Amino acid sequence: MSTLVFLEHHGSAIQKGSLGVLSKAAQIDPDTSAVVIGSGVAGLAADAGRYGATTLYVADDAALEAPLPQPRVDVIARLVQEKGFDTVLFAASVLAADVAGALSARLEAGLNWDLSDIESRDGELVGKRSALGDTVRADVGWTSTPRLAMFRAGSFDPSETGGEASVEHVAVGTEDFSTQAVMVEQAHAEQSGPSIEDADILVTGGRGLGDPEGFKQLEELAKALGGAVASTRAVVDSGWYPYATQVGQTGKVVSPKLYIGAGVSGAIQHKVGMQTSQTIVSINKDPNAPIFEFSDLGVVGDLNAIVPQLTELVKARKG
Amino acid sequence: MKIAVCVKEVPDAGPSRRIDPGTMRMDRSGDRSLNAYDLNAVEEAIRLRDAAGGGEVVLVSVGQSKALESMRKGLAMGADRAVLVTDDAAAGSDLVATSRVLAEAVKAESPDLVLFGQQATDGDGAVMWAAVADRLRMPVVSQISELEVADGTATAKRQTEFGYDTIRTPLPAVLAVADSLNEPRYPSLKGIMGAKKKPQETKGLADVGVDPGQAGEAGSRTKVLGLSEPPSRGDTVKIEDEGDAAQKILDFLVERKLV
Repeated sequence: MSTLVFLEHHGSAIQKGSLGVLSKAAQIDPDTSAVVIGSGVAGLAADAGRYGATTLYVADDAALEAPLPQPRVDVIARLVQEKGFDTVLFAASVLAADVAGALSARLEAGLNWDLSDIESRDGELVGKRSALGDTVRADVGWTSTPRLAMFRAGSFDPSETGGEASVEHVAVGTEDFSTQAVMVEQAHAEQSGPSIEDADILVTGGRGLGDPEGFKQLEELAKALGGAVASTRAVVDSGWYPYATQVGQTGKVVSPKLYIGAGVSGAIQHKVGMQTSQTIVSINKDPNAPIFEFSDLGVVGDLNAIVPQLTELVKARKG
Repeated sequence: MKIAVCVKEVPDAGPSRRIDPGTMRMDRSGDRSLNAYDLNAVEEAIRLRDAAGGGEVVLVSVGQSKALESMRKGLAMGADRAVLVTDDAAAGSDLVATSRVLAEAVKAESPDLVLFGQQATDGDGAVMWAAVADRLRMPVVSQISELEVADGTATAKRQTEFGYDTIRTPLPAVLAVADSLNEPRYPSLKGIMGAKKKPQETKGLADVGVDPGQAGEAGSRTKVLGLSEPPSRGDTVKIEDEGDAAQKILDFLVERKLV
């Protein structure tokens, strides 16, 4: 087999998730290559080699500086066709999903996403994934090559092989429609603030709170329990609570002893940030909310009534 | 302004959601509804149409024939028409096959704008718009939490792992919206009654020019090899609040020595 791993970088560093996928790929296929696409990225070859790539393909152009998906699809599609890669792997991210999804159409190539593992079984590649809000596990495969796979965040830890990657520059040619979307601004969000990763107890607010005022009652409950307050992407996008408190794929990964979700629906991109919490309690007025499928205790009801009552009960018990 | 909104009917969350071990396909016989995240896309389409002073919002889907029932929710909210591609030969389509059928159905509408929700609740997919955009050869922007459309240009803000990007693209374009973009309206009684009368079209694969060999399992490039139960978190207890929920939560926390 011949494997290509898409390396996503931020600034002058390859993302940990990409290095994890590269490490895993190198274990299955000793002749694994990687591709990095951007501006001023040739210096990433050392890292690529150290984590298992034998060749690093580099598409380096000022026009590729902005992390937009479509020009990357053009580069990878041509590379796969020219070199005949039969497997292309991605670590899940906002960018990677857009790249992998488009590549699937461009190459008529099967994409299995949300994988947590992959193995070679009797010469066949088998991916492992969860479905239906993780209520079922599935072994998935491909019926043709190239095979595309995208792995859930945190699936693999990077492990150094100590190798070296030779660098091969590839041409940067793009389709007309791929360069129509342009980056106007990239604003880096403030990550400082309360550290939610260290809290034993997290009270998390979602869009179901209805408005930013709703966080006041969560802060009261968190204070009574001796915990911290966290949030979801939807809440942060709406400007209700700081970015630094966000749990999920584009936020932080937490694993508290107790997670209480109030008005949190349990979208998969939130779930991947909190599913290893030891105990999960959720309050939501929608009985169909996915979070109930992975809660230890789920309460269908009005959080505005339940949360203040619970705060008083906790205070009374603690005295 | 003509806006196509790609929507999907999904099984309701809960105990009835399952994959049929015989066919390895989603069991779609239970209660179903419109994918909740699609409602944000429908809402945005209605707002953009109204802000433009007219035009049309067309819901486009690929699914079972009864998916039209779920699509009526979008019509009740204010969308103008529904187009459903349904064909026995399309059953069991994966991303490659579905995106082909969906792209052809959208292309037939020649929209100025194509909208998607942020993910499907059944397959947890967040990739379909990228595949469809590539087939339509249109620019794509995903995970949009703020959107402005004016003078044939869309300006979108989206959250990534590192902060917020602002991306600008000319129309026509494919835009996938996040659930934070808006608050989907509840259909009014008048809207619900009126939805039944709105045009609802069912098409087969031949109508959208897709060969049966390029759809369904024949046109798919992935397969499910086997299913298993994940390690359970233990019993999930789900209760309805009857005024004593706070006490029940406290008792539960005390039992687990968390308070």
